[in-house]
This record gives sequence, C-alpha cells and structure tokens, in this order.
Amino acid sequence: MKVHEYQAKQLFREFAVPVPNGRMAETAEEAFQVAEELGYPCVIKAQVHAGGRGKAGGVKLAKNSAEAKQYAQAIVGMKLVSPQTGPEGKLVRKVLVEQGLAVVKELYLAIIVDREKEMPVIMASTEGGMEIEEVAARTPELIHKVHVHPVTGLRDFHTRMLAFKLNLEKNQAKNFAVLVQGLYRLFEAKDASLVEINPLVITNDDQVIALDGKINFDDNGLCRHPEIAALRDIHEEEPLEVEASKYDLNYIKLDGNIGCMVNGAGLAMATMDIIKYYGGEPANFLDVGGGTSEERVKEAFKILLSDPNTRGVFVNIFGGIVRTDLVARGIVNAVKGMNVKVPIVIRLVGTNEEEGRRIIQESGMNVVAEISLPHAAQKIVELCKGFGK
Amino acid sequence: MAILVNKDSRIIVQGITGKEGAFHAGQMIEYGTPVVGGVTPGKGGTRHLDRPVFNSVEAAVKNEGANVSVIFVPQAFGADAIMEAAAAGIPLIVCITEGIPALDMVKAKNFLKTTSSRLIGPNCPGVITPGEAKVGIMPARIHQKGHIGVVSRSGTLTYEAVNQITQLGMGQSTAVGIGGDPIIGSNFIDILKLFNEDPETEAIVMIGEIGGSMEEEAARYIKQNLSKPVISFISGQTAPPGRRMGHAGAIISGGKGTAAEKMQTLRDNGIHVVETPSEIGSMVKIALAKKS
Repeated sequence: MKVHEYQAKQLFREFAVPVPNGRMAETAEEAFQVAEELGYPCVIKAQVHAGGRGKAGGVKLAKNSAEAKQYAQAIVGMKLVSPQTGPEGKLVRKVLVEQGLAVVKELYLAIIVDREKEMPVIMASTEGGMEIEEVAARTPELIHKVHVHPVTGLRDFHTRMLAFKLNLEKNQAKNFAVLVQGLYRLFEAKDASLVEINPLVITNDDQVIALDGKINFDDNGLCRHPEIAALRDIHEEEPLEVEASKYDLNYIKLDGNIGCMVNGAGLAMATMDIIKYYGGEPANFLDVGGGTSEERVKEAFKILLSDPNTRGVFVNIFGGIVRTDLVARGIVNAVKGMNVKVPIVIRLVGTNEEEGRRIIQESGMNVVAEISLPHAAQKIVELCKGFGK
Repeated sequence: MAILVNKDSRIIVQGITGKEGAFHAGQMIEYGTPVVGGVTPGKGGTRHLDRPVFNSVEAAVKNEGANVSVIFVPQAFGADAIMEAAAAGIPLIVCITEGIPALDMVKAKNFLKTTSSRLIGPNCPGVITPGEAKVGIMPARIHQKGHIGVVSRSGTLTYEAVNQITQLGMGQSTAVGIGGDPIIGSNFIDILKLFNEDPETEAIVMIGEIGGSMEEEAARYIKQNLSKPVISFISGQTAPPGRRMGHAGAIISGGKGTAAEKMQTLRDNGIHVVETPSEIGSMVKIALAKKS
C-alpha cells in the first residue's frame, strides 16, 4: 500500500526523522495561509501517488506571497500528468506546503527487503535528487549498500560505514546516524516494504533533513497495523480495484478488452498470457481465489462487466478441491438476471468437469463451454473480435 | 524414492483443529498420507480426526517421532509456527499459510539457516508424492505415480501442468509448490538438486513467474549440474511493471524480473521453454523422446 508524502512525513516525525516545517492543505486558500505562516521561500507540492511531480508542474518554489497565491491556485485541482500517471493524469486534491531550506548537498537514502539476501538493505548515494534507477544503471558504484541481519539489527557500524562512503563531515555523520536509526525503526515497526528519501538534504548548518518521503507498506503486514491501513487514499486507486478489494477479489485493471476470471494467481497470469498469444488483449488480472463461491463469482462478473472496454469474458477455473459442477451452478446463477450481452467462454477443468460442462450447456445461457485451454482462449479472442465493432 | 515425502514420513499438522487445517488434514488422511498427529496449543491431550493433538511441536516429536510438519495457521502466527517446528528439530516444514508479513519471514528464514530444517513455502500448495503422501492442499486425483518431477511458484498453474502430464499417460515422482512470496524456504535450485539425485525422476518441469531472479539462477545451475531434461513455463508475460500480480513475489520492479528476460536466460542455458501453459505436457514428451 502506498501513502502520500505528507503522511510519510508525519510518520517520519513520530520516529525522529527530521523533516522541513510544513502542513498539508486541501484548498488553495488554506495552502496560501500555511505559506504565510511559514514565511518565504516555501515549497508547494502536489500530493498524488506518482513520481515525476516536479517536471509535471506539481512542485513550485514560492519566493513571496504573490507567488504562493499563484502557485497554490495552479496546483490545487490541477490534473497532474507525468510518465507514471498515464495520459489521463491525476487530480490533485491535496498539497503539502513546506518551508524552503538552504541546501548544500543532496543525497539518496532507502531501505527495502533484499529478496536474494533475505534481509533488509539500506541503500545510500551521493547522487540525490536524480532518478535512482538511472544512477544504478549508469554508475552502480555510487550506490552504497549495507545489509542488516536480523540477529544484529541496525548497529552503529552500519550507519558509520554509510556516512564514510557518503563523505559526510563529523557533525553531518552524527545527524545522519540518528536519522537512519529512526528510519530503520519505522521500517521495522510498521512493516514497510520500502522507505525512500530522495533527496535527503544537508543544510548549511549540517542538519540532515528528509526533503521528500515515500513509504510503501507490505500488504501482508497491514492486518496488525490498523493505523497504517487507515492512511489508504482510495481516490488514488482505480475505482474497480477498490470495489474488488471489498470482496477480497484480487483484481488489476489493464488496457485490453477481454475480461478474465481465474482461480489462482499463477493461472490468472498464464491465462492473460495465452489470450495475448492468440492475438487478444486481456482487460484485467483477476484471481477469484480458492473458494469460488457463487457470491464471489457474481461480484467478479459485475466488476468485469462494469469496465466499459470489456467485449467478452473468459472464465478459467481449475477445480481442485472445489467441484466444478458446483462452480458451474454458481456461474449460471450469477449470470442469470444480470443481462449479460457480451460473449462468455467458460473453461472448467477438474473434479466433475463433464457435469459442470453439462450444467453450463443446459442453462440456455449464451455461453461456450470448453475444456482445452488453447481452444477456449482462441474462441474468446475470435468472439471478441466480432463483437461490438 | 521420489523426494521430500513418502509413505514412511511421520507427518503432523500444525493447526489441525482449525477450519482449513482440519479440512485438509482430513483430505490428506483420506489419500493415505501417514499423518501421525496434530498441534493446537491448548488442545493437547485431545484427539482430532482420530489422531492425537499436542500442545507443542516438541511434544509431537517426542511422542510420535514426527519428522514432517505441515502448517495451516492464520497469517499473523505463520512465522512463529515455522520457527517452533524448526526449534523442535523437524527436518521438513511445509507452510501453506498465505500472507505472512515479509519482515516475519526475514526472521524465520535467517533462524532456519542456523538449524538443519528445510522449509517449503510459505504461501504454497505443498508437496505430493503420488500414491504415498499428500502434504498440502493440491487435488489428489489429478496426480499419478510416475517419473516427472514438478516444481512451481504457483498453485493452480501447477495443477494445470500435473493434469496435462497425467492425461498424456505420464506421472509425477513428486510435485513441489515452493510458494509465491518474495522470501521462501526453498528455491528452485534446492528442489532441482533433489530431483537430479532422485533415480525415479527422469525429467523436471519448472514453472516460474515474474519477479526476483530465482529462475535465472536456476537456469545457470541447470546448465552446470543437470543431465535430466528440464521443461519450463514462465507466467506473467503480459504483466505490467510495478504491479503485484496476486503473489507478493510476482512483481516486476526497476525493469528486473520480466518474463521475457527469464525465458531468454532459460533458453540460453538449454532449457525447453514453452510459450503457453497448454504446451507443458506435450513438451515433456518431446524432451523425453529426444533424450532416449
């Protein structure tokens, strides 16, 4: 789960990670008020879950009241379009207004779990403020890493090593160590999957301050952090994905037009792949999970059909523990009374598959039942090409 | 022979009195799996599914000589259950539980490295040696005793492959689901090594997916160490970067871990890569024919 910069910085404060003075505002007037209180220069930053805000005009430095007023009005309510938002952009509903700082150095700092080494890694670089992927590709030697073993936890030697590699002076190194310790405590205590500060700045009086802040949380950890789960901003998410999450359906919207309903994440991905292989474009990833009850099938159908791009639906269920005849009944009952106009291809494999297929065929629904995966995939691709053009 | 589990295993179920645990333990017993007991703290001394229930894994080891534990506990207690089994000296731990926080797994995995226990999973369907032992949630009836080893990061996609192998008249030596999380107990190389040493296994199916670099590492290992043919499918060719595709581990980040990249590396190392999941079974046949 992602949170906004202003929410990340609130958490930074709780863990003694220094951030600039500032506050979130939801209207241009409020933003202007905060700017007046903080004094000038100050920075007005759009709060959306996407990078590339600066280049998209979502971050402005105001040197006086007139500029603050102008920028606040320009940013609050703007459609921010960056490479990460897609062409439709994102509506800016909130801004963070912060005091400007006298920066002498920009650094990069992040903590993630290293999958290969199976422990957290702290990454730091002197190349702050840049796209870190680019730095990693061009000059990997400028990204310094220390792994933190769970037996030791974060020790002084870890932060010392990084401070030396970043060429920090004595006072800077001391402040840097305090900040890294706070950030690591936050990472562990709240089950984060990523904390990133880019840039981390050093001011002319040797303060080390998080000028930016990004935190992603491990979805699997949210169950024990209700206060973090409460930070979720559904405005930043795809509405259909929000709807699906209410029913514990694992749904991701894509750009194609063939709606997919599958049980199991691996099979769901493979189903998308085979649709593409036969020349179609999947409209989504959807894992209905192991149970595949009538209720879930119904909700899943509703979500697939409410996507205006959907030209057909492919249901691919491998009935393992669940009997496919029961799944078939669930599908028939779910689709009945929903006034489904698009073509549907259903592939049911596993326990009682003949019975399942018979139920589908005898339902009188305009549905094609298949057993072979390639045949089923070819069929739905073909039907969708002929539909709705 | 086969690998990991067989008819002589002594299996316990952690969480045997829970809804999931009880259901699947029942299915395992019905299959003929040697389940010797279960663990539910606070219910020690009772019986469930006609098996003794213990308060701790240690007690199950002491009283029943358990050497395999399969875990069905809620996500918040998953790592604790794994560490308890390892602390009790269980050689093989199979964790079915889905949704264990990554930082819990960091602790559990690094603790396991100090023991001699092997972990399969978490977030996996388990391990089955057809005709001998089913340790997990996979549908028994699609399996058939045979000579193909199957190892996979996903559940239902494994069933798809197993089903094809069975339908084509072949069978499985053992099928292992290693799980879809970023941090898992055993990786492809760990299982490939066992299949390579198993005289009953003639060919190996390896089903990977986007995210991480486990498939790439396995590809290089296979080229250097395996003489048996390996057939592979990678799911997620159409997955967009930066989105978690169901499994916590299935995410393309920083341009790394794409299906195309993995498929190329596998091909470069002599592995039979199929483009669609429906070709897995037939490719096994082709690979075996080429070999003989």
